[in-house]
Formats: sequence, structure tokens, C-alpha cells
Amino acid sequence: MSIDQNTAARVAKLARIKVEEAALPALASEFNTILGFIEQLNEVDVDGVEPMTSVTPMRLKRRADVVTDGNRQAAVLSNAPDAREGFFAVPKVVE
Amino acid sequence: MMSDLNKLGLAAARDALRAGETTSVELTEACLAAIDAADGLNAFVHKTPEIALERAAAADARIRAGDAPGMCGLPIGIKDLFCTKGVPSQAGSRILEGFLPEYESTVSQQLADAGAVMLGKLNMDEFAMGSSNETSTYGNAVSPWRRGNDEAALTPGGSSGGSAAAVAADLCLAATGTDTGGSIRQPAAFTGTVGIKPTYGRCSRWGIVAFASSLDQAGPMTKSVRDAAIMLGAMAGHDPKDSTSADLAVPDFEAMLTGDIRGKKIGIPREYRMDGMPDEIEALWTQGADMLRDAGAEIVDISLPHTKYALPAYYVIAPAEASSNLARYDGVRYGHRAKLAQGDGITEMYEKTRAEGFGPEVQRRVMIGTYVLSAGFYDAYYNRARRVRTLIKKDFEDVFAQGIDAILTPATPSAAFGLGEMTEADPVQMYLNDVFTVTVNLAGLPGISVPAGLDRQGLPLGLQLIGRPWEEGDLLNTAYALEGAVGFVAKPARWW
Repeated sequence: MSIDQNTAARVAKLARIKVEEAALPALASEFNTILGFIEQLNEVDVDGVEPMTSVTPMRLKRRADVVTDGNRQAAVLSNAPDAREGFFAVPKVVE
Repeated sequence: MMSDLNKLGLAAARDALRAGETTSVELTEACLAAIDAADGLNAFVHKTPEIALERAAAADARIRAGDAPGMCGLPIGIKDLFCTKGVPSQAGSRILEGFLPEYESTVSQQLADAGAVMLGKLNMDEFAMGSSNETSTYGNAVSPWRRGNDEAALTPGGSSGGSAAAVAADLCLAATGTDTGGSIRQPAAFTGTVGIKPTYGRCSRWGIVAFASSLDQAGPMTKSVRDAAIMLGAMAGHDPKDSTSADLAVPDFEAMLTGDIRGKKIGIPREYRMDGMPDEIEALWTQGADMLRDAGAEIVDISLPHTKYALPAYYVIAPAEASSNLARYDGVRYGHRAKLAQGDGITEMYEKTRAEGFGPEVQRRVMIGTYVLSAGFYDAYYNRARRVRTLIKKDFEDVFAQGIDAILTPATPSAAFGLGEMTEADPVQMYLNDVFTVTVNLAGLPGISVPAGLDRQGLPLGLQLIGRPWEEGDLLNTAYALEGAVGFVAKPARWW
């Protein structure tokens, strides 16, 4: 599987990272090096092997479905680059 | 008053405090002075002297009152990956510039509750992605070690490079690290210090900036195995805020250090004998096995057949999880937001923010992760890697079922390299640093790096011991026996 510039641009878009047009060839080439390394996995016989979901054989703990925290608007917003009137502020999303 | 207090380890300092031979304030002042004189190492990137002296005074009061928990009054450094309330916690990334957490990570809180004194935050690779501390937004951390009289700056390893440099240079008594593919054990090996990654689930991940959630574990980086036992005890334990944290009792690890390993079966995995492995690493490994045999252990040749596939599986699973975890850095809730041009909408805000905020290695891994999870490739890459991971774990389960107690391997394929020496290499060359450590994360096992000697150029080399799940106590005891047999005492000569 070889990644071309169009694929690299599509991946950058999916990842929401702006990549300048001029940087795409180098990026595609790096992807190909890494994916070439990963291709080794095709040598392994994985027939009938379950994909690992949890490295320790334990069930995730559950807790009661109740409110345990809250009423901390100021703390929640304290690190926002732009917070106004108790909300996170972002550029216009809907026309 | 004792001299060179910053050079003490945790156990020696604790004993001196309890005997009234020194105070936590004196210990802390010695470390703060050492830190201020070591800016050339770029290990401490956020210093917190006020917090340190306040906690030290409180610790002294507790000691006087006869109420001194395990780490009372002991000054330590905290990796920048741990969220610390009101103190910058950037994960070595520009995208978290200015972020002041409103909460404290469980591990750093437990250390504080145990009386430990935080000196500041330690340099690291950005989001713990790297093996040389060269991806940090703070610039490189520098190893206190040099190749003889050669003044070339060397890497302290990564991602916990600042932690390793700080402990090796006696800027603190010990430090926290985190390990996703070797980020505690490789820097420990490069700097002649001890680092243990516990069993997955032993330490809470709550409040630690996430890289790859199924692999990340916190652990201590210390000057001795005994210190590692003390500090791991304080860091470990069940936390309801991390659903993957194990609800198991934490034993007294220090009390398990008897040094008696008679009858223990130590496995030597043949697949770890790599082509092109330096003679010195090979000799060190053989020597380590001989020492354990002399101490009464039985050395057994074993096979871990899927070893070769651990790194490629890791470089699917870790980036996949990272691409998901790092989606939260969008310029909305915390950290950096890019300046927008007229007419830019929310998508441009995301894209520009992440391009400016993430460094090249993080961008690369997020995009690789995005690719292997994308429609059409999910099965071929991600699911296949998870199947291979199952096989890697089974390799270990099989040898443990044969009665193997621990596995001895080299910690790294080489000694520390020079900063900048790998710049021209492709990313995969850097990834090979983790070839001996990454299997342990994939299998969720505990692993410890112990200093085992110096190479021809006078640089430290480490050996790794891998233990059974949840048996950190037994693993630490084997490491303690190895440490005693090696008698490693070398320290870097001060140049900084």
C-alpha cells in the first residue's frame, strides 16, 4: 500500500491538521516509511485470534449512575482561550 | 548539618529525617540550589520553589509530631505529563501553553499525601512521543553524562528525559515518569538510574495527559531499587476515577527486598538477540545472567516467538489511540488557539490550531493513527495489530506457565546517543530504541531497568527484568539482587 499526496492530504484533513501543499510530498514519503515497517504484521498468522480489547483480564468497574460532581462553571471555563457569558466561544458554525 | 543532601536517595534521606539528622527544608533547599545551578541540563522546565518550601515545612512539622508517612519530606520532580493543580502542565507541548489544571493527578496527589515535596515539572518529549527528549516544546533535556572528555551533548533518553537527567544529576531525590513503549526504562538505562513500569492498572492514569490509554503507565525513576520500591508503593493503588485501575491491595514492596532469589527461574529470550547488537550489550546481558545464577537463580533459555512483531504492532496501536486521545486539543476548552483570518470558520480554527500547537512527531503519529483507523484500513491495520498483540501477550503467558519467574533482557540496543545525531535518520530508526521494552507494554507486564555497567566510552548501560503481572514485589527483589551483584556506583562528573 503506497500513500500518494492526495491520500496524505485526505489524512491531514481527517486529522484536522493544516498541512501546506508544499509539505505533502515529504509527509507522504514518511507515511510510506512507517507503513512499510508496519507491513511486517502481514507475515503473522492471526486466523482465529481475537483482537485484544483489554490487557488485563478484568471487567471495567461500574459505579452508580448518579451525579458526583458539578456546579463548577468557573473552573471548567478557566482555561478557555475564549469564554464569554459562561460559554466557550468559537467562530460562527451555522450561517 | 549533612552536606550534599541532594545526592541522597529516598531511603537514606528518609532515614536521616527520622533520625533527626536533617530536615525536609534543608533537603529541599539543597535540591533547589542544585536545580538553579543546572539550567544547562534543561531538566526542570517549571520550578515550584514556593510550593516545595511550603510542603517541606509541613513535612517537618509532621515528622516532629511523629506522623511521617512513607515519603514524608522527600523532594521529588514531577514529569510535565502529570496535571498538577495551578502549576503549568503542558505535556511538553505548545498546544497546552498556559494551561493551569484545576485538579491534581491521582498519582501526584498520592505522592503529596505521602508527604513528598514537589520541586517542579520535568522536561519530556511532546505528549511522551519520542525516545530522546528532542520533540519537546521546551527544547532538549541534556544528559549529565558525557563520552569521556568529549563535550558533545547526549540525550538522557525519552520520553521521561527530564526525569532521568534530574535524578542522575542529583537535582532531586527521585522523579515520576510514564512509560507507553519504554519511556521510563530507556531513559533510566541511558542515565544509570532505576526505572520501573508497573503492571498496567497498578497506578491510576487519572490526571495524566493521555497518549495511548491501553499502554500508558506511571512509575518511579530513582537512584536505587529500594527507592523504586518505596516510591512505587506511594504511587500505586486503586482509584475509582480510572476504570482500568486495579482494585488490588498494594503490598509493602520495600519489605519484599530480601535479596534472596534462590530457586527463581530467570528466562533468557532468544529472540532478543538481535542482528547487529553491539558486543558490549551482548556481554552485559551474559554477565547479568551469570550474576543471577551465582545468586542461586536458575537460568533458562526461553522463546517469545512474536517479539519481532511488537514494534510494528505498537506503531499501529499507539498512534491509533493517540489520534483519538489528542482529538481533544481543538483550541476550544484549553491551551493554544491559532489567530484566525477574516472569514475563517471552526474547521480552519481546528486545523490551524493543531498545526501550530503540535510538533512534527506528534502530527506524524496523529495522522498515522487517523489513517490506520480510517474506513477501509481499520481491519487491515488496527484489528490485525490488536490480534498480534494478543499473540505477544500469549508468548509471555506461555513462559510464565512453564514456571518462569522473571525474564532478563538488555534495556536498550545501545548506550545514549548524541542530541541531533538521529535527525537525519528516518522515524523508524528512532522507534528501534524501544525494541526491548515495547513488548512489556503490549502485554501489560511490569518491567524494570537496572544500571548494569558502563560501555567503552564510559556511558551507562542497563538491563531489563520483566515480571509476572501484579508481582512487582518479586520483580523488585530480583532487581535488588542484580543491583547488589553489579555494584554500580558510577556518577556523571559535574560539567554543567
